[in-house]
Amino acid sequence: MTDTLRLADGLVCPVPTVTTDRVQLGHGSGGKMSAALLRERFLPHLNNPILAQLGDAAVVSLLGGDIAVSTDTFVVNPVEFPGGNIGSLAVHGTLNDVAMMGAVPRFLSAGFIIEEGLDFDLLDRVIAAMAAAARAAGVPLVTGDTKVVERGKADHLYINTTAIGTLHGDFRPAPERAAPGDAVIVTGPIGCHGMAIMSARESLGFDTEIVSDSAMLFPLVERLGDRFGADVHVLRDPTRGGVASALNEIAAASRVGVMLEEEAVPIPGPVAAACEMLGFDPLYVANEGVMLAILPERLVDAALQVLRTHPLGTLAVCIGRVVADHPAMVVMRTAIGGTRVVDMLPGDQLPRIC
Amino acid sequence: MKYLAEYRDGAIARALAAQIRRTASQRWVLMEVCGGQTHTIVKQGLDELLGDTVEMIHGPGCPVCVTPLEQIDKALNLASRPDVIFTSFGDMLRVPGSECDLLQVRARGGAVRIVYSPLDALELAIRHPDRQVVFFAVGFETTAPANAMAVWRARQLGITNFSVLVSHVTVPPAMIALLSDPTNRVQGFLAAGHVCTVMGWTEYEPIAAGFKVPIIITGFEPLDILEGIHLAVRQLEAGRYEVENQYVRAVKREGTLPARNLVEQVFHLVDRKWRGIGEIPASGLALRDEFADYDAERRFGLGAIEVAEPAECQAGAVLRGRLKPHQCPAFGRHCTPEHPLGAPMVSSEGACAAYYNYGRFRATASVGG
Repeated sequence: MTDTLRLADGLVCPVPTVTTDRVQLGHGSGGKMSAALLRERFLPHLNNPILAQLGDAAVVSLLGGDIAVSTDTFVVNPVEFPGGNIGSLAVHGTLNDVAMMGAVPRFLSAGFIIEEGLDFDLLDRVIAAMAAAARAAGVPLVTGDTKVVERGKADHLYINTTAIGTLHGDFRPAPERAAPGDAVIVTGPIGCHGMAIMSARESLGFDTEIVSDSAMLFPLVERLGDRFGADVHVLRDPTRGGVASALNEIAAASRVGVMLEEEAVPIPGPVAAACEMLGFDPLYVANEGVMLAILPERLVDAALQVLRTHPLGTLAVCIGRVVADHPAMVVMRTAIGGTRVVDMLPGDQLPRIC
Repeated sequence: MKYLAEYRDGAIARALAAQIRRTASQRWVLMEVCGGQTHTIVKQGLDELLGDTVEMIHGPGCPVCVTPLEQIDKALNLASRPDVIFTSFGDMLRVPGSECDLLQVRARGGAVRIVYSPLDALELAIRHPDRQVVFFAVGFETTAPANAMAVWRARQLGITNFSVLVSHVTVPPAMIALLSDPTNRVQGFLAAGHVCTVMGWTEYEPIAAGFKVPIIITGFEPLDILEGIHLAVRQLEAGRYEVENQYVRAVKREGTLPARNLVEQVFHLVDRKWRGIGEIPASGLALRDEFADYDAERRFGLGAIEVAEPAECQAGAVLRGRLKPHQCPAFGRHCTPEHPLGAPMVSSEGACAAYYNYGRFRATASVGG
């Protein structure tokens, strides 16, 4: 059935009757569809003042102190990929979400949904990687749960992790605290995790040396917190949806504009090449070991110096600044001197035809 | 990155833009044929560098946009069948058909898979002998050789559960149709470099001479496009109307003969309807009779699907260069990438998507919200 929309000057355009009675994969992309899913399906039932902040982690007061708590579910396919597996990712991802609030991660829980028939060797590798990641982070996994479902009802295994961390002093980075006059720092080259996953999927048909950047970011957070405390306005790990989506969310939450410099954005050659082939924009590709830090411009040099003392931050650079113009909008000065808006994507990036 | 960074150098781009401004004694109207070029122009802000010297009209070279509604509906029909695995390039998944798109068919249980090559679809057919695997063979001359190869291989290997839903179109007839239109404003073309990598440029020589338009075979990077524009402006200023090759690193006059031969073996020219534009004589490719067994429309008896599409959809005006995307009253309001009215708003090569995603609508709509 096709409706027609009558436009101003008498022309007509076919309006597809879009049926949105079901969840689509794009609802899980971290873009506009994900935001709509939360807004329209979850918040009407579950809303409360803490959830409404929609941060990566919630900050709650308990027993006289503030703690950050975050939960995340990992369904990555393939389960093992260059640079890690679903186990290490499930530890790093959730600890990072807590760290982005400025919290010291303390405890971790994990729930497993395992598909009947999963190879024990694979399970062992996943759990060993989890253990190694948790040990390196100094965060014990203190409780967990396992469920097994019939073959075909899950894809190998899914892992949910929850982390809690403690907040100290006035070091309280938050998405709504970006202010005009701030600088935007990225702590390392972008796009590695997403493209490592893409290249590990068997159907891609090309080999690359791209390795996931999956890593625990707390050491970088700690350095910034110790040195700059409350001056650190926003920390964010640009995972699903990439740097572009994270900055759009920050710009919207803080009602500020962000001006990026294309030439400053660090994109590794193999990531750029793979993205070119598939028609992807690296700004929207997921990262798991890179952090955006937003703090006053006058502190940029000192912050970069501090970040670069840790192996995860040796390639930290300033990629743009926060401005009062175009609130809630991310704009980029292109390498050739033009400008463009860097919007949220509606759903997943789709490989193009040619 | 090698072979990319070199063509995105800001200083050279500004110098080229200045050269174009110096060369032009008047405002010229050029059309970039390919949607990939449109995206470079809008994404990089090349239009800002050019100022008023040259007006770029965005051409119809977006395969997703010109694929007729009935072909999309046929795809949706096939993808909904339980015995079919429907394979497509990712770009086609969000294109609205009459009722829904392929992503929604997938959400309802249809087996829709993104592939990166038609040969991957053939591979899927070999691995799933109990299922019918259909590949959505869309695109211009650029994708035709690989699609022809998949069909040719299927026959060679005796694969009987593979077929293609063909909606191929070719560039030169569309250029002739545009130039023959009495309202045409286009004075010169940037032809699509990758189409010409396959086909060469001999077909364009009579068009350039006959319609008195320079045709510059042009690449897709910012410097390619600026150089292509400069070559076109230089010809126009000198009163020359020739085919000139900017994309020398990829294109030869005769094209790529093995690819052309394969296309010739598998496909033949037919009249083809273009979404938003209408039927253009001898502008499409269809499977030759000896490959008819691989024609999905025939295999599944789909010939009868007919959909009426309003003749004056705005997408057609955009595809013909009569309307800039942001001049459409629906742009950014009734029509967004999340709720598209037409294909140009969803394709990665669609002009409307380029304008929307890169923010070329600040004057007409609220942004970022």
